[in-house]
Amino acid sequence: MKSVLDVAAIKADFPIFEQSMRGGKRLVFLDSGATSQKPRSVIEAESNFYYTSNAAVHRGSYLLAERASEAFDGARSDVAEFLGVDSEEIIFTKSATESLNILAYAFGNPRSARCVGPGDEIVLSELEHHANLIPWQELAKRTGAVLKWFSVQEDGSLDLSNISSVITEKCKIVAITHQSNVLGSIPNIAPIISATHAVGALFVLDACQSVPHMPVAPRELGIDFLAFSGHKALGPTGVGVLWGKSDLLDGMQPMLFGGSMIDSVTMTDATWADAPKRFEAGVPNMAQAVGLAAGLKYLQSVGLEKIHEWELQLTKRALDGLREIADVKILGPQSLEQRGGVISFVIDGLHPHDVGQVMDQFGVAVRTGHHCAWPLIRKLGVSGTTRASFYLYNDMSDVDVLLESVTAARDYFRKR
Amino acid sequence: MELDSLYQEVILDHYKNPHHKGLPTGAIQVHHVNPSCGDEITLSLAVSNGIITDLVWDGVGCSISQASSSIMSDLVVGKSVDQAFSILDEFSALMASKGAMVGNEDVLEDAIALAGVSKFPARVKCALLGWMAFKDAAIQADISWRREQ
Ligand SMILES: Cc1ncc(COP(=O)(O)O)c(C=O)c1O
Repeated sequence: MKSVLDVAAIKADFPIFEQSMRGGKRLVFLDSGATSQKPRSVIEAESNFYYTSNAAVHRGSYLLAERASEAFDGARSDVAEFLGVDSEEIIFTKSATESLNILAYAFGNPRSARCVGPGDEIVLSELEHHANLIPWQELAKRTGAVLKWFSVQEDGSLDLSNISSVITEKCKIVAITHQSNVLGSIPNIAPIISATHAVGALFVLDACQSVPHMPVAPRELGIDFLAFSGHKALGPTGVGVLWGKSDLLDGMQPMLFGGSMIDSVTMTDATWADAPKRFEAGVPNMAQAVGLAAGLKYLQSVGLEKIHEWELQLTKRALDGLREIADVKILGPQSLEQRGGVISFVIDGLHPHDVGQVMDQFGVAVRTGHHCAWPLIRKLGVSGTTRASFYLYNDMSDVDVLLESVTAARDYFRKR
Repeated sequence: MELDSLYQEVILDHYKNPHHKGLPTGAIQVHHVNPSCGDEITLSLAVSNGIITDLVWDGVGCSISQASSSIMSDLVVGKSVDQAFSILDEFSALMASKGAMVGNEDVLEDAIALAGVSKFPARVKCALLGWMAFKDAAIQADISWRREQ
């Protein structure tokens, strides 16, 4: 069978794989759900910015400042093109966490066009990462709004049977993940989006785990806001994206105030520029934005459909293999339906930390613990999980080493 | 294998059969968590006349955190708070040593088996979880005993 991706060629673009791990083992990086590795083109785009174009954007009247502005604005239009939206709708933040906090702050500010108040409802799900949970908890506490949520089911999907009682006329905001960072499940958001709009509420999509791994088109989904992190999408750390519909963004109050985000300022008052500038106070993360644009270009050149398909092939082999290892329990979706390339599992009687430690001896990098989704972990009735997450640079032999290391972890503690 | 220096026999023994583990019911109770991995411990102890007379803990965690709590309990029960704190200082120094120290067996007893942990920076917090809970509880118990006198 011909492989969907030329993984050997892809891997060669990622310098991190050139070194060896403990005991001379090669790196089997299965933690892209936490952060992705970077291709040379991203590292070079970021450092080239410093070598050739570094100056504060939109300020100086000199050549370098023009170059910097061009590079930064260019990065914004590249991100917009990647998502199929307008440039003015793309806000560069420092992370998805910041993107989501900007929204939660705006909706708590009575001077925003849309603001939640006492008794209004905010709807989440039990799948949420802390970054798409705590900002909303805090918003509810500040405003007297009420938090509601969809429950997760054994297979990692959301229970939508009570959708009409969860999303009611009191609902103002629904914020849900596009893919669970713990279980890999892709919740069925289409009916939730319809229900949200039917009551005039706004839908926020946490696309951290989807945008880097599959085609995501906010306009086609019919959502209002979307957040993702650059560092999970081959980009540098320190840059994230908030997308929102222009008319909504222009009615929102910013979270940070300072230079570059103003329209006019006096000693006692100030007015704001339109989005995106309104939400980008201070000298922005220019080199990181440029690096992110290079990362997204890399993903486009490989093809997001293909990346998703490849990750599912890796996932299938991993699921089949894990199922054969006695004492291993896979949590969440057991099939390839409605899922991405993230697998959480536990080994009976063993703590994930100990499992991960043995796997490390094989050069395998996995995440262990609660994955910043503590309520979900509690609901699953475990103290934590071991999570393997795949990306375009993983190949079938990575899956084989994963399986070998899981077996070894089980045996290491059984024998003794 | 490098792993064997981390998971010494003594550690796995304590992990499988932890000492002083039970239902903490004392008046002085503390609850500590390791927020990065979700490990938790609840620990209660009694101090009388400056001596740690009783200690019970319960918790969920990896082999290192469980074994370390068990070993710590053995070490501090029956000791004075001051003695226990100097053991704790010595153990903390060992954990911070990045593999450079072997530990003084006369003071640390079974805890020297945890020396290997210091080579794995991500695991040092696991080893210290129970000890930090103990420190917190001992300070409170000591103050409370003095107040009652
Ligand atoms: C689903 C999800 N949401 C939000 C975040 C937060 O992203 P960041 O830490 O880059 O802001 C993550 C990262 O782990 C995530 O997986």
